[in-house]
Amino acid sequence: MSTAIVGERQWLRRALDAAMMLVLLVIAWQALYAAVGEVAITSPLGTVVKLAALLHSQAFWRNVSASANALAVSVVIASAAGVAAGLALGFHRFSGVVAEPILTALYTLPKVTLYPLVLLIFGLGISAKIAFGVMHGVIPVILFTMSAVRNIDPVHLKTARVLKLTALQTAATILAPAVVPEIFTGLRVGFALTLLGVIIGEMFASQRGLGFLIINSMNTHDVPTMMAVIMALIVFAVIVSSTLLAIDRRLHRRG
Amino acid sequence: MSRASLVRLAVVAGFLLFLELLTRTGAIDRLVLIPPSEMAVHLWSMFRSGALDAAMAESFSNIAIAFLLSVTLGFAAGLIIHALPRLRRLVDPLLASYYAVPFFVFYPLLIAIFGLNRWPLIAIGFAFGAAAMVIATLNGLDRVPRVLRKVARVHRLGRGEEIFLVILPAASPHLFTGLKLALAYSFIGVLAGEFILSGGGLGYSIAYAYDAFDNQTMYALMLFVLTLAVVLNAALHLWEQRLLRRRRRA
Repeated sequence: MSTAIVGERQWLRRALDAAMMLVLLVIAWQALYAAVGEVAITSPLGTVVKLAALLHSQAFWRNVSASANALAVSVVIASAAGVAAGLALGFHRFSGVVAEPILTALYTLPKVTLYPLVLLIFGLGISAKIAFGVMHGVIPVILFTMSAVRNIDPVHLKTARVLKLTALQTAATILAPAVVPEIFTGLRVGFALTLLGVIIGEMFASQRGLGFLIINSMNTHDVPTMMAVIMALIVFAVIVSSTLLAIDRRLHRRG
Repeated sequence: MSRASLVRLAVVAGFLLFLELLTRTGAIDRLVLIPPSEMAVHLWSMFRSGALDAAMAESFSNIAIAFLLSVTLGFAAGLIIHALPRLRRLVDPLLASYYAVPFFVFYPLLIAIFGLNRWPLIAIGFAFGAAAMVIATLNGLDRVPRVLRKVARVHRLGRGEEIFLVILPAASPHLFTGLKLALAYSFIGVLAGEFILSGGGLGYSIAYAYDAFDNQTMYALMLFVLTLAVVLNAALHLWEQRLLRRRRRA
């Protein structure tokens, strides 16, 4: 009983802290607005009003759906391919040792510089964006999955053998619970990076999507639209990532 | 060299050879990809003619400034946040969702604020790298054994002495992780910013070559950036291993 109350209180405290941080950020934003003025940025209130107006326009939703489609496909591909490759590299230890430094080097590479290559292979359009999103998201998923498999306690596997579990039973009762929390962390990081990849892809040589909308409104000096789209993206990213983080923490606590 | 490194080298060499073969035989169109050997030759000639000097100077100085700022300010912020638990509770949700935000959306905004010069690039590299340093500093400070702090007190060390003689060495593995990430993120931030929108630097040169259909220059520059990332990573990895070995001996 007491743990439930403590949990509730903790949750409340966390929500309060987050709310306070939000207030501080809005104050800082307003101060920045006062300092640099209308030419560069809009005020918090002005941005919300502009965003509300955008939400009623069809053109905005066309761009949203273009980004959302690319993001959804990228996330699915990056997750599936990442988990599959990670499992393979985790179980085959030597391949994992060979691959890991290559993967970390690719991870630190500014992948934008490879974007022209992607464009030349896939052409302008949604497939280039998807490929670019996958390029960003897949590596952390592989790395986290690989380390999850490597860190399975050998005693657990021995227990499975002693109990004469079938391969399927071992996978369901021993392997899955052992690796799922780590893999989920990988998927969470992968999601954030895939979003980054898709948006950057849209910011360069694209005619559609929220990233394009940001760059386009910058080029036409439409500061309110630029700010409103940036805010919409950030709110989306923060909401999704905090939800994933909450699930992530729960999975890790249970383990 | 260990067996794994040899195999790794063979894998990379084999991949390059494979690309060379595909491009030489025309299985991959020259308009899509040029042979890796041609990239290397062209890169070398660009080095010799000095065509890259200005872009390199610009990119590297921006990366260096962003890196130094993110490490020093990130570390200082980490120290302050660690010392004030109330502040830390406030900042925690911010740090937790920090890297979920696709940071480059701020880049046009930074241009609007600073103008089209080097400062938006440095700012984006800094914003990208500093949070990693803050998080690493907090992690490191959390794991300094309490007994070491007591020893510092027993020896009546001043605040500065305690930080430099006791806390920094004890937290160094985590700080090193922060350093590594801050460098990688400054690198990514600056080059990506240059690529999307700027008037100079390596990232800009790649975008410019792409727009001009100058595949030779474009691929030579990509090879350069790729090599740079690999060398940087390898160097940091070796340095870290040495640090870890020394700690184990101590």
